[in-house]
Amino acid sequence: MSAAGLLASEWTKIRSVRSTLWSLLAFVVVAVGFSTLVAFVISGNWNKPGPHPEHLTLLTDPTQVIFGAGFGIGQLAMCVLGVIVISSEYSTGAIRSSLLAVPRRLPMLAAKAAVFVVLDAVVSAVTVFAVFFIATAILRSHVPVTLSQPGVMRAVIGGILYLAVLGLFALAAGGLIRHTAGAIAAVIAMVLVVPPLISLIPGTVAHHIHGYLPTVAGVLVAQTRQQPADVLSPWQGFGVFCLWTAALLAACGWLLVRRDA
Amino acid sequence: MTGTAETAEAPGLIEVRGLTKRFGGKVAVDHLTFTVEPGRVTGFLGPNGAGKSTTMRLIAGLDRPDSGTATVGGRPYAQLARPLTRVGALLEARGLHPGRSARNHLLFLAQTQDIPARRVDEVLDLVGLREVARKRAGGFSLGMTQRLGIAAAMLGNPPVLMLDEPANGLDPEGIRWVRTFMRQLAAEGRTVFVSSHLMSEMAVTADHLIVIGRGALIADCSTGEFIQKSSERSVLVRTPDRARLRELIIDEGGTVRDGDGAMVVSGLPAPRIGELAAGASIVLHELTPQLPSLEEAFMELTADSVEYGEASRP
Repeated sequence: MSAAGLLASEWTKIRSVRSTLWSLLAFVVVAVGFSTLVAFVISGNWNKPGPHPEHLTLLTDPTQVIFGAGFGIGQLAMCVLGVIVISSEYSTGAIRSSLLAVPRRLPMLAAKAAVFVVLDAVVSAVTVFAVFFIATAILRSHVPVTLSQPGVMRAVIGGILYLAVLGLFALAAGGLIRHTAGAIAAVIAMVLVVPPLISLIPGTVAHHIHGYLPTVAGVLVAQTRQQPADVLSPWQGFGVFCLWTAALLAACGWLLVRRDA
Repeated sequence: MTGTAETAEAPGLIEVRGLTKRFGGKVAVDHLTFTVEPGRVTGFLGPNGAGKSTTMRLIAGLDRPDSGTATVGGRPYAQLARPLTRVGALLEARGLHPGRSARNHLLFLAQTQDIPARRVDEVLDLVGLREVARKRAGGFSLGMTQRLGIAAAMLGNPPVLMLDEPANGLDPEGIRWVRTFMRQLAAEGRTVFVSSHLMSEMAVTADHLIVIGRGALIADCSTGEFIQKSSERSVLVRTPDRARLRELIIDEGGTVRDGDGAMVVSGLPAPRIGELAAGASIVLHELTPQLPSLEEAFMELTADSVEYGEASRP
């Protein structure tokens, strides 16, 4: 059993089901579409009267405005794909075929995670750069944003890294919960629901807990500049997100080997 | 990768020793011990819920036993290098993603074992699915799905085949095909271990039988021996002088049950009963050896072990 064979096998699996294409398509369309729309609206309203808080944000943290709109929602498609890459094996029974072929189990999980994270990173890289160049082109006449400005390149690369690790986070959750709907609900709760809930609790303890939540910490690396309220620096935050994901993957692997399939 | 220890001797031997598996508090497999030999079809027989599927899943390493061991060619399944080249298993019909084509299903399995892609086309031909190889498996009939499962089992050209109810969902022609196929594999010297809850199916396919009920071993013998052993030979006797003949039979060591207008004698062969009657000048109206059907024999043996009204698979 060779590593190349296992990787080829997981690539065959992921490319041979339609859900992969649909999820990635949803991710790209939502991310590019929404970010472009928001950029157009900001640009169109630039000289209209009224408060424009986004103008200040564009100056201090341009990538938050550029990426926030499209990837805030688009990331969910990547979460869904991460979950179903593994949970669909359980729901369809394909896991039994997979484990008959790779009875040691962990090599299969490792190959699956590797193939998915590369696919995720490649699609994310193309989408992140596309969104960046489209949005900055639309906003150029008002606020020029370039990759050479301090923090911008790091934020763009950070956005790609965040999306890659987020996919693994979802995959690990899918492998732990083994139930598609349950795992998708859990991941979306962690990404969208839990952070605002925690932030409602007053006090510094809750503020720190909020700062260390997986995606709250993880997304810092996609910001151009650290904000005063951030508990962690961009790379610290990304490190915390990686630790969460590693722990979840380890639990997933530990249970995969021990549970009946 | 070949030529490792498990190929050195009896790569086709399945050995199960004291295998036990509980689900919750319920014992599914109860200290099972048996050996499956190469070169013949071994039927794995038991009523639904007897633990056949669980035993096969334990052998294939999908479930972990609570105690005991199961090995193929001397090694636990999980320690086999390129396991699909050692054991071909058809465990459940639905071991595949309905959105994936038959060919891609076999291809990803082949790739894990470094089996060349052309072998995928070979096994598709073998089971007659070449035409629909690129169709999504979700649209397949039960019979086609079963054929695809058999193709997957044959992918690594393994010396051991383990098939859980392979005839399920097949039409009569398909059943005949599977039967011939299994006989042929055994004739090639492979180990063929096939489960069924139908005695009649096994009677025409299997050379050897392992019979279980409620997870425990009931019989492990040749098919002929099983029929012999389990058919407690009984004889139907009609006579106007029942009381006297009964006495003679009981003295001779037989047992008598009363049927409607007749006696059913077991423990004595028909000629001996005739001799007894002739010796005492008792008139016989009928003396018929009863040959219980295989189905009856099976029912009799497993009668105590059927789990009424409960499906087994957790």
